[in-house]
Amino acid sequence: MALLTVTGLGVAIGNVTPLDGISFEARKGEILGLVGESGSGKSLTALAVMGLLGRIGGRVTTGSILFDGQELTILAEPAFRRLRGKRIALISQNPMTSLDPIVRIGAQIDQVSRLHLGLSKPAAKARSIDLMQQLRIPDAETLHGAYPHQLSGGMKQRIVIAMALAADPDLIIADEPTTALDVTIQAQIIQIIVDLVRDRGLALLLITHDMGVVAQACDRVVVLYAGRVAEMNTTQAIFAAPRHPYTASLIACIPAHDQPEGTLLGIPGTVPGVLNYPPGCRFHPRCARAIDVCHAEVPVLQTLTAGSVACYLQGVPA
Amino acid sequence: MTPLVSLKGLTRDFASGSGFLKPRRVMRAVDDVTLDIPRGSVTGVVGESGCGKSTLGRLVLRLLAATSGSVTYDGADIGSLPPAALRAMRRNMQMVFQDPYSAIDPRYTIGRAVMEPYQVQRIAVLDPKARLAELMAMVGLNPGLAASYPHQLSGGQKQRVGIARALALNPAFLVLDEPTASLDVSIQAQIIGLLEGLQRDLGLTYLFISHDLSLVRYFCDRVVVMYLGRVVEVLPQARATPRHPYARALMNSHFEPDPARRKTVQMLRGVIPSPFNLPPGCAFAARCPAATALCQTDRPALVTGTDGHQIACHHPQG
Amino acid sequence: MSALRFLWGVARTPRGAVSAAVLVLVILCALFAPWLAPYDYAIQNLPGANTSPNAAHWMGTDEFGRDLMSRIIHGARTSLSVAITAIGISVVAGMTLGAMAGYFGGIFDRVVTAVVDLTWSFPEILIALLLIAIIGTGTESIIIAIAIAYLAQFTRLTRAQVMALRSETYVEATVNLGAGHAHVIFRHLLPNAITPVIVAGMLATGDAIILEATLGFFGLGAQPPTPSWGAMMSSGTAQIFIAPWIILFPGAAIAVTVIAINLFGDALIDALDIRNRLREV
Repeated sequence: MALLTVTGLGVAIGNVTPLDGISFEARKGEILGLVGESGSGKSLTALAVMGLLGRIGGRVTTGSILFDGQELTILAEPAFRRLRGKRIALISQNPMTSLDPIVRIGAQIDQVSRLHLGLSKPAAKARSIDLMQQLRIPDAETLHGAYPHQLSGGMKQRIVIAMALAADPDLIIADEPTTALDVTIQAQIIQIIVDLVRDRGLALLLITHDMGVVAQACDRVVVLYAGRVAEMNTTQAIFAAPRHPYTASLIACIPAHDQPEGTLLGIPGTVPGVLNYPPGCRFHPRCARAIDVCHAEVPVLQTLTAGSVACYLQGVPA
Repeated sequence: MTPLVSLKGLTRDFASGSGFLKPRRVMRAVDDVTLDIPRGSVTGVVGESGCGKSTLGRLVLRLLAATSGSVTYDGADIGSLPPAALRAMRRNMQMVFQDPYSAIDPRYTIGRAVMEPYQVQRIAVLDPKARLAELMAMVGLNPGLAASYPHQLSGGQKQRVGIARALALNPAFLVLDEPTASLDVSIQAQIIGLLEGLQRDLGLTYLFISHDLSLVRYFCDRVVVMYLGRVVEVLPQARATPRHPYARALMNSHFEPDPARRKTVQMLRGVIPSPFNLPPGCAFAARCPAATALCQTDRPALVTGTDGHQIACHHPQG
Repeated sequence: MSALRFLWGVARTPRGAVSAAVLVLVILCALFAPWLAPYDYAIQNLPGANTSPNAAHWMGTDEFGRDLMSRIIHGARTSLSVAITAIGISVVAGMTLGAMAGYFGGIFDRVVTAVVDLTWSFPEILIALLLIAIIGTGTESIIIAIAIAYLAQFTRLTRAQVMALRSETYVEATVNLGAGHAHVIFRHLLPNAITPVIVAGMLATGDAIILEATLGFFGLGAQPPTPSWGAMMSSGTAQIFIAPWIILFPGAAIAVTVIAINLFGDALIDALDIRNRLREV
């Protein structure tokens, strides 16, 4: 069953519309990947779901965000505040800035469960230590009294994850949770997150630009391009037979095992800024397979037997 | 044929805290690196943050002076060159920097930045406009951008400017210091493609520094793996299977863009030792799954096998 | 030129417009004092001493019967020329010292920093008084005294800017091209460091006007009969109950000029968005 259903979401900042027609579902016990290059609207989508658009001067203009039967686009801020942290938690990109440098890390985790679950101080501490152990933080009891600067980047990110889990949320939004970390640590954090979602039956929205991480961790994938959904499908299907040329190009950007030299091409050009969105399909200026209609008409996101895609080349063999 | 660049026992220490009432502590960022870089080859240096790979790149170009050891370029010891000769020598060896966003003076136009090498080296260019257009075309930049300022360009375009500047003096040797680490994957693939083409067409020699083993294996002829300032393994062919447990862990941390090749990430226990206080034995011993008592006490030497495969490990894998 | 167009833009904001108008007026007074002043500033008329403001003398006359308005207009010349010259010298010297200290580091930097920190811990007025005690009074002396009193500020600011810029990749990239110290300092570091220093210099000019007036008040600045706002206030203290305008108008001239400079400087800081860079000091 879908825990989060986003339908036709449009977001405006001032008089520009960086996002429109975003639709997807996140289910319990499932990892949904939200992929695209920077500027594709991944983080903005996360902010909309978290009800934090106001912080950057944005607002939802169209569509709906349904979380466990509750419409979030019309939810008042006090009610939203009770939801955030308790039922929807965020793991942000940079663990260095997500922690308060002058508060002991244990106290920072305790605070979440004391606030949202009303636990007593000793109960919260016991819970935090338990969580830290589940996240394979060695010597959790000692580290509970440590300050953030005493920890490595990977450990700090585990603390941020522990904070996200402290109130037992149903939905976790992880915005590029490993980009700031070293390669070996990055792999371990992804592994920890995957295990956690499976064990606890959480819904996870994993925002990333790395198709390798998507292939490793996600069950289903939403590919965003310039503020619209390009393609949506199961991970298996999207890698086996990408239907949108953008999806195919993104996959081709990562050197595969034993990829022959001189075959890594990338995607020409860059993602257009919101002020320069081209007419028609927004990917057409960078698309090697664009045909006349792509320049003029916006392709609709059509639902197919499995997954959906917004491309006129659907059915045209590559 | 003699190697173009040759490093012998290259070592660099950094001191910290030699202030009032603070004991002076010394950190060895690069420890006794000996390496030949053959003409026309691409040598990759891979490792995580703090392994000394960027310091190594700067030592090779003498942007930093070595504490001990030597760098020989085409037979000349660049450590003993007087300042004027070193400045002239810089025509031959250039660098592409990690952060394209701060690699161009914000007050310079693109044209002025690309032509600055000639001003610095006091080289008169017969037809500066034609040369500028030629350089910009070489790196795939529209010559119409010459009058723009860096803030008007995308990250990928800026990195192309960085490459054009590096190529202006027709160098034979380039140090590429994580040239794609701060770019989107689609742009990363573009830039790697460009660098591949330039290497082939101009017969350049590269030292490619990266944290991404899969990229290094794709792009390089040879791979040097560093851990905490030391070379732990040298693969004579980039696609040879690594045998050092750390190199194995690095390889295991890369996720293939293929859900059929999902990995079980092995958790590395233990902590990374402080570079100010390295253990007497192998620096990786604390995190190594294969470590024994010997590894804690005796530092393994870098041993060269018959096939040119070098490894510093008491218990090589496979 | 883009800098002029930028200044014009600042002058069109409300705060910028008011302050710029005042500053232009003061500068015009300073430049064209002999033509603007209704009377000769030095001609005494003892029978007409301490006359209150009237149609003939808009700001009244002083204790020697000299026209106060003419003296204030000429005083603008003294105040501005001393303050601007002193700060100009201070900025150039401070940028040179600061850039060298920040760029080369080492012993030179330690010595410069130690001296700067030492002078920084005394008020400017104390340093200026000390210097005047050594080199004597007179216009040149107070210019030198003010220049040295403010040197620490510009040295610190430039040094901080240069240290921050030195670690920019483009500096390393230029060194890697084979650039010498002069190229790095003059083509990259100073052009990028200069804006906050110039703005700080402008703000310091306001302070320097007050410092010049203070020194003039103590009789250490321009010697009579050359009019100086500070000296005029000083002579006005004796007449404060008979002829308060003698102290009031020069005081107002100082206040209005300094406020205008500060307002304009503030508008510049906002327009350039460099408040953080000034705070680094």
